[in-house]
Amino acid sequence: MNWIEHYNYWMVILLMMLGFYTIIARGNLVKKIIGLNIFQTSVFILFISMGKIPGGVAPILRDDPTTVYSNPLPHVLILTAIVVGVATTALALALVVRINEAYGTIEEDDIHDLDTGSL
Amino acid sequence: MSAPSTAITLASLATHYPALQIVLPLVAAPVVVLLRGTRLVWLIAFAVTLACLGIAVDLYTQVLQQGEIRYAMGGWAPPVGIEYRVDRFNGLMLILICAIAAVVLPFARTSVEKEVSSNRLSLFWAAWLLCFTGLLGIVITGDAFNVFVFLEVSSLATYALIACARDRRALTSAFQYLIMGTIGATFILIGIGLLYMLTGTLNMADLAQRLPAVTQARTLNAAFGFIVVGCSLKLALFPLHLWMPNAYAFAPSAVTAFIAATATKVSIYVMLRFFFTVFGAEFSFGSMPLGEVLMTLSIIAMFSGSLVAIYERNVKRMLAYSSVAQIGYITLGISLATSSGLAAGMLHLINHAVIKAGLFMTMGAVVYRLGSCRLDQLSGLGKQMPWTMAAFVAGGLSLIGVPLTTGFVSKWHLASAGFGAGLPLVPVAILASSLLAVIYVWKVIETAYLRSPLENATPVKEAPISLLIPMWIMVAANFAFGIQGTVIWQAVQQAAVQLRGGV
Repeated sequence: MNWIEHYNYWMVILLMMLGFYTIIARGNLVKKIIGLNIFQTSVFILFISMGKIPGGVAPILRDDPTTVYSNPLPHVLILTAIVVGVATTALALALVVRINEAYGTIEEDDIHDLDTGSL
Repeated sequence: MSAPSTAITLASLATHYPALQIVLPLVAAPVVVLLRGTRLVWLIAFAVTLACLGIAVDLYTQVLQQGEIRYAMGGWAPPVGIEYRVDRFNGLMLILICAIAAVVLPFARTSVEKEVSSNRLSLFWAAWLLCFTGLLGIVITGDAFNVFVFLEVSSLATYALIACARDRRALTSAFQYLIMGTIGATFILIGIGLLYMLTGTLNMADLAQRLPAVTQARTLNAAFGFIVVGCSLKLALFPLHLWMPNAYAFAPSAVTAFIAATATKVSIYVMLRFFFTVFGAEFSFGSMPLGEVLMTLSIIAMFSGSLVAIYERNVKRMLAYSSVAQIGYITLGISLATSSGLAAGMLHLINHAVIKAGLFMTMGAVVYRLGSCRLDQLSGLGKQMPWTMAAFVAGGLSLIGVPLTTGFVSKWHLASAGFGAGLPLVPVAILASSLLAVIYVWKVIETAYLRSPLENATPVKEAPISLLIPMWIMVAANFAFGIQGTVIWQAVQQAAVQLRGGV
């Protein structure tokens, strides 16, 4: 098995774990969002790298029947997923702004303390 | 749209019902934002919901008469284009979602007046309609990637709906749900990506045809794993349920009633669709140890959910933990991998939606009068709000599974499916977990009826009639389906047979 050949997948796994770890380990809500973004980006790369065909060119129809095209479908899918990701990030940041207004902090532990204190 | 641009008559409109099912609420959402008057906004939302219910019923009757409906979105033929398919299973699901929405909406109109600031109301209804759109879209589509898109449409709208509540803890619950929900949806996306790598198609029917040729590939196992975990997060299967109790407890009560009855159920639908239609029962339960894993987790969920519910002081959180347990019943039926187990799981899916919508609506009425639903504040409420608490008792009986209620019918079928599969421990577990349900339902009833009101509590009136009518419709449905249970049982049996028979 050639390790170098699959380096895009190694990067995907690395980014995925980095993002995942950030979401779990960080108590700061903005850092959690950053982790979520890295996590999602790794999936974007996974999709985009599957559309790559050796020697493939941009999928614009040419007269030459021997032309090899890259697969445009994963790109289109990921364009949709990026839009979804942007919407998620925007909503998450909006929530963080409101959490900051309501609690005066965006640290998970402090929020937890404030909530248990108010019960 | 590349469809021929002839004049649209009413008859030709009917052929576009699968698209209209989604397009109507989707278009209504921005209209609602533009129109700021709250009364008109609600009327539009209600009219759209009723129209969707009509369409869903019509689609289902068409399916019963002529078999599966296939609709090429925008005139693009599948597998290139996105295809909408309606069969006996998702036809039922569409009716369930629309019916729940149609009953909860009149309730929500009064309920959110107290729980959501009035300047946000039109945005609230827009998010509600988007959530409704997403849920219907997930169910009706026959395209794997489209499932992800609609899943995110409904989830994003749900996060916003939860955050609309006045309690600041709603914000943190919504944030927690957002993180967990996005991870779940991204897992599903990874799974779909791996399936696309293997087969080069995203159409579910096409995937089902091409996957048997590649069952040896390890990629398929990975795809299966990602989709199972992603769906389990979304449907709050133990131990991935941690987002749910807070989200349900702090969301506006009408939102809780709506999403508790629909969002998790739709996620179960997605899981079933992948298990049976895309991967096939043979792969899911034969090559993969799904049956064993799912059964273990379901039984743990049934007990841990009920046990935590017993010690919970907030009744909405109590009902949320009870949902964890009830979802365990549904997945237990599925994990049996027999036709009768699957049908019993589906039946409980429908019945639990009706039960929990009703129960959360009673708590919505309590919150409307009391401003909270902590257990100790319910003292003596049986006399002050007799109709509301009577509805809770009736719904609670159904949750426990007393004869003549829907809860009994589905638990009966689950237990007999367990016997049928040669697992006598399954009925025992169902019975034991139901006894735990007796305890937590009784705690609420005892507090409301047998304790005298708190000394410093201000006396409250019965909930307004606009809350009571939808609540009692839902509770009455519990008994109607309980007494006339065979109709739905036959419908889900046919749906289960069709689902297991492949596409």
